[in-house]
Amino acid sequence: MRFIFKTSYEQDVKLAKHGGHVLWYGLLMVGLLLSPWLLPEYWLAQLTFVLIYSVVGLGLMLLAGYTGLFSIGHAAFLGVGAYSEAVLTNLGVPFPISLAVAAGASALVGVVVGLPALRVKGMYLGISTMAFGFIVAEVFARWESLTGGNAGMHVKAPGIGGWKLESGTEFYFLCLAVTVVSTLVILNLLRSPTGRAFVAIRDSEISAQSMGIHLARYKTMSFAISAALAGLGGALYAHMIKFLSPDQFDIVQSIDLLLMVVIGGLGSVHGAFLGAIFLITMPQFITLAKDFLPDVIGQAPGLKAAIYGAVLIAFVLFEPLGLYGRWLKMRTFFEIFPFYRKGMFKRQKSFQKSDRLR
Amino acid sequence: MNAVTSDVLLSAREISVRFGGVLAVNKVSFDVRRGEVFTLIGPNGAGKTTVFNLISRIYTPTSGEITYEGISLTQRPAHEVASLGIARTFQNIELFEHASVLQNLLIGRHTHRRTGFWQDMFFTGAARKAAVDDRERVERVIEFLDLQHHRDTMIAGLPYGVRKVVELARALCAEPKLLLLDEPSSGLNVEETEDMVFWIDDIRREFGITVLMVEHDMSLVSKVSDRVLAMNQGEVLALGEPAEVQAHPGVVEAYLGSTQDLSSLRRPGS
Repeated sequence: MRFIFKTSYEQDVKLAKHGGHVLWYGLLMVGLLLSPWLLPEYWLAQLTFVLIYSVVGLGLMLLAGYTGLFSIGHAAFLGVGAYSEAVLTNLGVPFPISLAVAAGASALVGVVVGLPALRVKGMYLGISTMAFGFIVAEVFARWESLTGGNAGMHVKAPGIGGWKLESGTEFYFLCLAVTVVSTLVILNLLRSPTGRAFVAIRDSEISAQSMGIHLARYKTMSFAISAALAGLGGALYAHMIKFLSPDQFDIVQSIDLLLMVVIGGLGSVHGAFLGAIFLITMPQFITLAKDFLPDVIGQAPGLKAAIYGAVLIAFVLFEPLGLYGRWLKMRTFFEIFPFYRKGMFKRQKSFQKSDRLR
Repeated sequence: MNAVTSDVLLSAREISVRFGGVLAVNKVSFDVRRGEVFTLIGPNGAGKTTVFNLISRIYTPTSGEITYEGISLTQRPAHEVASLGIARTFQNIELFEHASVLQNLLIGRHTHRRTGFWQDMFFTGAARKAAVDDRERVERVIEFLDLQHHRDTMIAGLPYGVRKVVELARALCAEPKLLLLDEPSSGLNVEETEDMVFWIDDIRREFGITVLMVEHDMSLVSKVSDRVLAMNQGEVLALGEPAEVQAHPGVVEAYLGSTQDLSSLRRPGS
């Protein structure tokens, strides 16, 4: 077991808490930088997808996992980012500007959607964001002059000046850079007063308010940041897919995104990444498994949806902390071997809350 | 009593609040003087916590006025009350469950934040300096309340008594001028209650913080309070020094009932 001996406050603020962090995240970074030369083209494309979904996942994690606001319409933000990027790129705008505009446009939409969040909570917020998702999908389909409607639209490769990021490798590095920056931004927010205010709102609105936290401002802010990251992910997604149509941003996509953060583990940054890996690799495994299953099951329509549903139910029942929670348990088991007890991570029933005030 | 302690920090004038047909607080007036420990007592349902919630603006009074340092509190939204220098604890503990003790205390310093969103996002030099500075201040409170042992523990795993202290610590981290304590000793054992007496005394003496509290434990009340206000059914029964109030016939009757005269239990007109 590791005991960290703290000798200064700076040490407490640092992102890398100990040498192990530096080593392992350094190795991960080296691995990611070398993967274009280590992985075959197909798997590099899958890895790019993982990075893109991680960016979106980080945004949704901030909103759902850290601020406690659930959005079942996040595909709409993804779509706003994707279509903004597509339109701007096709006009020849350089990618740093178009990415920023895509994120900004999404953030703006996020603020608008965040407004009902100030009034409704829990399931009702879910319903209102879901309705918003339907509206946006409809707008994509109907605004044919801009989005090409249901016929879809092609997206050119991102470029700046004469340089076009046409190869998979170049685009991979763009995605990697965006992911690293987004992760650092989220980590920075979480270790500063802004992030703590989000956590406070999640755990007790009444006491957050009494601590001087402006609920409306911080909830809107959380929605805006979350939407901006979803928009950024959407912009990258547009380039990756190269062809956009409204049905890519429907309710199923929104549920996939929510599934991603729940399975990854709500309330952990790692969870966003683990969830993205799960979301991208699961279909691959299902395809692989099909060969070994009898045709009745293997070729059945809706197999993927059924498996996703089953996995989600299993996680909610047996591992509410998600993949990251599972990892924490495994790590603790080995760290304090043989003293691990079964109930160590069991959540205690919380003491009575003053519900009367709500 | 000298001039400094006798001037008024918080003053409630004829505050009433009505929830539907229930008159929870009825024309209650009192002044809290700077530097004193002022206690609200009364049987259950007397409206003590409601008075607290009126001060921290969770409820709005139906009529009446609350002024704090000459500012009318009834005009301010709930989240501004903290930045005026009023911090509070809750009767049933409202901590941020899935955060560590340290994080909870740092949230207590929210009103003192000096960095904006963009500085936080890129964790600039100013943000880093503020983070270290906040930790230094929080550490003083941790030391004062002996919480060193629990600094990095999640609230969800802490026993009730410690949570109570963490909530007090979080309120202190806001460096308030007026501290509202809602039943600081409820759920604590004898030893923890004794610590609480000692701390409340120290908070007033060393930090110069005015304390307004709701409390049922009479021994604690008489040990630390300068003045006591007894309430019953939303109305003021008695106001004065602890011994005076405890001896007040109306207070005795409210708590124990009376053998001679049952008229007070009947509703007027019945």
